[in-house]
Amino acid sequence: MTTTQEHAPNPAAGDPNRPIGFGRIQRKEDPRFVRGKGNYIDDIVLPGMLHGAILRAPVAHARLVSIDTTEALAHPKVRAVITGKDLQGLNLAWAPTLSADVQAVLVTDKVRFQGQEVAFVVAEDRYAARDALELIDVEYDVLPPLVDARRALDPGAPVIRDDIEGRTDNRIFDWEVGDAAETEAVFATADVVVAQEVVYPRVHPAPMETCGAVADFDPVDGRLTLYETTQAPHAHRTLYAIVAGIPEHKIRIVSPDIGGGFGNKVGIYPGYVLAVVGSIVTGKPVKWVEDRSENLMSTSFARDYIMQGEIAATKEGKILAVRTSVLADHGAFNATAQPTKNPAGFFSIFTGSYDLKAAYCKVTGVYTNKAPGGVAYACSFRVTEAVYLVERMVDVLARKLDMDPAELRLKNFIKPEQFPYANKTGWVYDSGNYEPAMRLSMQMAGYEDLRREQREKRGRGELMGIGVSFFTETVGAGPRKHFDIVGLGMADGAELRVHPTGKAVVRISVQSQGQGHETTFAQIVAEELGIPPESIDVVHGDTDQTPFGLGTYGSRSTPVSGGAVALVARKVRDKAKFIAAAMLEARPEDLEWEKGRWFVKGDPSVGKTITEIAFAAHGTVPLPDGIDGNLDAEVTYDPPNLTFPFGAYICVVDVDAGTGQVKVRRFIAVDDCGTRINPMIIEGQVHGGLTDGVGMALMEIIAFDEAGNCLSSSFMDYLIPTAMEVPDWETGFTVTPSPHHPIGAKGIGESATVGSPPAIVNAIVDALAPFGVTHMDMPCTPARVWEAMQGRARPPV
Amino acid sequence: MQVSMTVNGEAVTRDIEPRVLLVHFIRENLGLTGTHWGCDTSNCGTCVVLMDGQPVKSCTVLAAMADGHDIRTVEGLVVGGALDPVQQGFMEEHGLQCGFCTPGMMLTARALLDRNPHPDDSEIRQAISGQICRCTGYATIVRSVQWAAAHPAVTDTAADGAGTGESNSEEVTA
Amino acid sequence: MQIPAPFDYERASDVANALALLERHGPESRAIAGGHSLLPMMKLRLARPEWLIDINDLAELDFIRREGDQLCVGALTRHTALLESTEVAGLFPIVRDAELVIADPVVRNRGTIGGSLCQADPAEDLSTVCDVLRAKAVIRGPGGERIVPMSDFHRGPYETAVAQNELLCEIRFTIRPRSGSAYEKVERRVGDWAVVAAGAAVVLSADGTIEEAAVGLTSVGLDGTVGEAEAVLRGQQPQEDLFVEAARIAAAACHPVDDQRGPVDYKRHLADELTRRVLRRACVRATGAEEG
Repeated sequence: MTTTQEHAPNPAAGDPNRPIGFGRIQRKEDPRFVRGKGNYIDDIVLPGMLHGAILRAPVAHARLVSIDTTEALAHPKVRAVITGKDLQGLNLAWAPTLSADVQAVLVTDKVRFQGQEVAFVVAEDRYAARDALELIDVEYDVLPPLVDARRALDPGAPVIRDDIEGRTDNRIFDWEVGDAAETEAVFATADVVVAQEVVYPRVHPAPMETCGAVADFDPVDGRLTLYETTQAPHAHRTLYAIVAGIPEHKIRIVSPDIGGGFGNKVGIYPGYVLAVVGSIVTGKPVKWVEDRSENLMSTSFARDYIMQGEIAATKEGKILAVRTSVLADHGAFNATAQPTKNPAGFFSIFTGSYDLKAAYCKVTGVYTNKAPGGVAYACSFRVTEAVYLVERMVDVLARKLDMDPAELRLKNFIKPEQFPYANKTGWVYDSGNYEPAMRLSMQMAGYEDLRREQREKRGRGELMGIGVSFFTETVGAGPRKHFDIVGLGMADGAELRVHPTGKAVVRISVQSQGQGHETTFAQIVAEELGIPPESIDVVHGDTDQTPFGLGTYGSRSTPVSGGAVALVARKVRDKAKFIAAAMLEARPEDLEWEKGRWFVKGDPSVGKTITEIAFAAHGTVPLPDGIDGNLDAEVTYDPPNLTFPFGAYICVVDVDAGTGQVKVRRFIAVDDCGTRINPMIIEGQVHGGLTDGVGMALMEIIAFDEAGNCLSSSFMDYLIPTAMEVPDWETGFTVTPSPHHPIGAKGIGESATVGSPPAIVNAIVDALAPFGVTHMDMPCTPARVWEAMQGRARPPV
Repeated sequence: MQVSMTVNGEAVTRDIEPRVLLVHFIRENLGLTGTHWGCDTSNCGTCVVLMDGQPVKSCTVLAAMADGHDIRTVEGLVVGGALDPVQQGFMEEHGLQCGFCTPGMMLTARALLDRNPHPDDSEIRQAISGQICRCTGYATIVRSVQWAAAHPAVTDTAADGAGTGESNSEEVTA
Repeated sequence: MQIPAPFDYERASDVANALALLERHGPESRAIAGGHSLLPMMKLRLARPEWLIDINDLAELDFIRREGDQLCVGALTRHTALLESTEVAGLFPIVRDAELVIADPVVRNRGTIGGSLCQADPAEDLSTVCDVLRAKAVIRGPGGERIVPMSDFHRGPYETAVAQNELLCEIRFTIRPRSGSAYEKVERRVGDWAVVAAGAAVVLSADGTIEEAAVGLTSVGLDGTVGEAEAVLRGQQPQEDLFVEAARIAAAACHPVDDQRGPVDYKRHLADELTRRVLRRACVRATGAEEG
């Protein structure tokens, strides 16, 4: 079922007496934000709180010779200086990562990337803490750095991880998926084979709020309260229990308002651990908030995939197979945040939206002297890289075949009747109907007119490009039998309490970073129970207040937690039926539900509202056997499959032939995220992701020089789009619900970040076609575009 | 050293180190945490406040330099209990997501509308071009400012009864 | 967040007072106006003055006024004021061109022309603008006032003729009839420093030939304007061939370096491309054919 109709306007909209569920409503969190009353990490002030600052390594690779903290300790406002040696005494110098590796909390032996944590100062105020950093004297013995991932496996390459016993090279893993032989057979007999190296450079999520923590350890009862910028409070609690040896019931993680996450706030960073150690050592709460350079230089980067792509097709343009070999730069520690069994995340979805005969990929992960991380920036566990690869390759093929790129895609889509569709790399796409989305985007764009305009402009020597991408997202991890993070199954819990007066509180395990959870989840309960959203509070971000679950990343909040919330509301609704039956002295099977009320079949005038039922549940009405006296429920939702949102994007660019400057003139985005809960929030998610796409396609890159110095360590050099670089977005949608999700929703948080970069790059390459350009890598800065025009397009790394 | 200034209409005086940045003075000395900071290099604009009615990046102004000046922060946008139309516009048009850049964006918008009550979209984009939003993609910010332009506040004397108040905040606009 | 090292602060009441304070506190004291160049350097602790002399109260340096054939701009004039001045835009459209692309509107509310010139960053736009307009800097110090042409004002990257105990007070531009000027910058993103920018100013004679010309380039390691290109332009009818030739000379004369903004040959290409563009535009403006 696909429709281009919006969810019908809720008839209850605007009527205070009638409950509403799905539809456009203003966000419940906004009243505090527009008043400046958000509560972000740096807004938290505890009595007696001290401030921490981290001394970081100025070089990328160096043996640590000595650290002298005498002068820093003599600073009148300094309370503690912690070094790696101190942490060794506490068995905290190394912490496990989310990918079965370890990461140094503070350097003990060797610096492995520029910006790595070397020492931690705790002082009475942040100015003093910063001053004291300059009083620490560190001696380094500089080693040759390994910066170029392509050289990581060279025999003579410096071995970065000599801390791991027996390690003699920089290989982290080799991972393959698909049938190599079958794929080779298809390639061998195909009419047309094209190959292209496609690089997705290292970028950074760079949320506007940097990462930080306030640790408050109570030495008397051994209880740790840790305020943190985290997208996954429960997972963090478990990890701290494992890392720090603090019993889990004595740890409370509070994730306050988060000023943007995008995957930057999934991992546990040394700074968080250091704040905890600082609090334990000083007996006072300790705040640590990184500055922007620390954020860009040391916390989780994204991408950094060098992909050798190949695509095979018939001469008529039937795509037969895709094959790729990937070199993945993971930095100095393997700290990617992804499911255990997926060392390359969900990259194996590189088969895209196409019905293929075969597919195969091999990914090799390597260490380099760069910051760790790798799965972040709204990437849906590396679906960004997968979609970018296949959508770039399809365009390369289109050029080779001299076919229109939109037509080539239309010709190869998985057909609606093929869903659920098992692809060649082990995924089962839940539902999809691709052609209507593609056609809608072309119609909105005026695709034929654009091509006509382009022909005219080319005749005048003007450079205009039209880029198409069609993506299938892979989100909502996931079924616990397949997906876990450090052994924790990727399920999420929800608890719902309906108070006696019919007001409700729903407690969830995921954590908003701006996505509007307080609104969306209230709307899901509203839709299921008929309690108006304004009468439902959503509690999140506090492990003492919420059920266990794995948190918000990979666009999993609505697919997983949304499912949990819908199911918990249904559980309450089912219970309400029994109570209503008792109240009405009817049999439960004789009752029928309409939004907000159970009534007697055939006699709608006889019924009880959810509010009346709630009061009765807590009141004196005799309850049926097995029904206890409340209107509460809890569930843990283990999704049966992932969800597969999709979309068709068209980008129009103009390139200044004299300077290489690219202007994104128009961007048309048609998204299908299944059932739409709040169209306003969905549109906002799409807009944000499209802007990410412009950033990555045109300007964002974390670059390094040959010595391993980070060249993108501030917002002067890590460029993020402003309002001037992005157009007024044109959005549309189709609705193809997920067949397995309780409300049919698929997730939307990362679709546009995943789908937009190839549309933009395809547009730029299209604009440069008169120069014979068939590919260029991001970022398409003026200089790099100009180089491509000179026939010298070069990879960014 | 001692500094005195007017913040949201209130005279304040504090003893500070000369090197205290205005953003820290506002957040830490005055406890007004609606003003944020997001970079160190005056690129991001989350720290924007109005100084004598003009948007400035408070991470790159010393508190000492603001001595004797008039400062307005997001906390000063609500007048007489009524939201500024800009605040209302941001709620109406989804001009914010994580809320971190929002105070700075709203203050710049307020200053723009004070000078130019009916800006076109490109003037709005230009006005906020020194401020980064990582969530919204800007289009809804532009719409929010246009909403505010279309719904100017009634004059101060009538502000208490203005239709831009909080009671509308959950209104369904579908 | 990054924080400057400690320093002492004093606010000057007028120019004489500012000069006295700079004298009194010695070599480790620095004047601060908008602060958007100095404070970021101090936060990174790349600059560590012991004293800051705040000159923001020096209202006597905040003016744009015409005196005879001179347009006089006080050093404390904010970028926003320059951008919004219709008089400046009419007489010297290059200033408006440049101001539109200097940093961003909020920074422009604080930053000053004096601060930009004294910072003397090689990527600084107003330095090029003042060069091609053959502006003069009015500098005051313990020994009184001196007027320095731009060619002497610049002493290399981050260095100017303004001594530690002096203040740049005013910039003077000569108003010429039949003149036109333009500036164009290529940046990676709005608000970024220039990859390369070019500025040009011309004065036409009554017969339409180029009487005076100035060509300047930003961010490509050039001291002052490109004399050879100017010599080629002088006395010629403005036309495309001429612009091409002048631009070729300008591109050959500059010394760009390879960096994150681009390789040398690209920057040289931009020097060429942008020089042609600004010359065209300046000449059109000089004929009054285009609104400033």
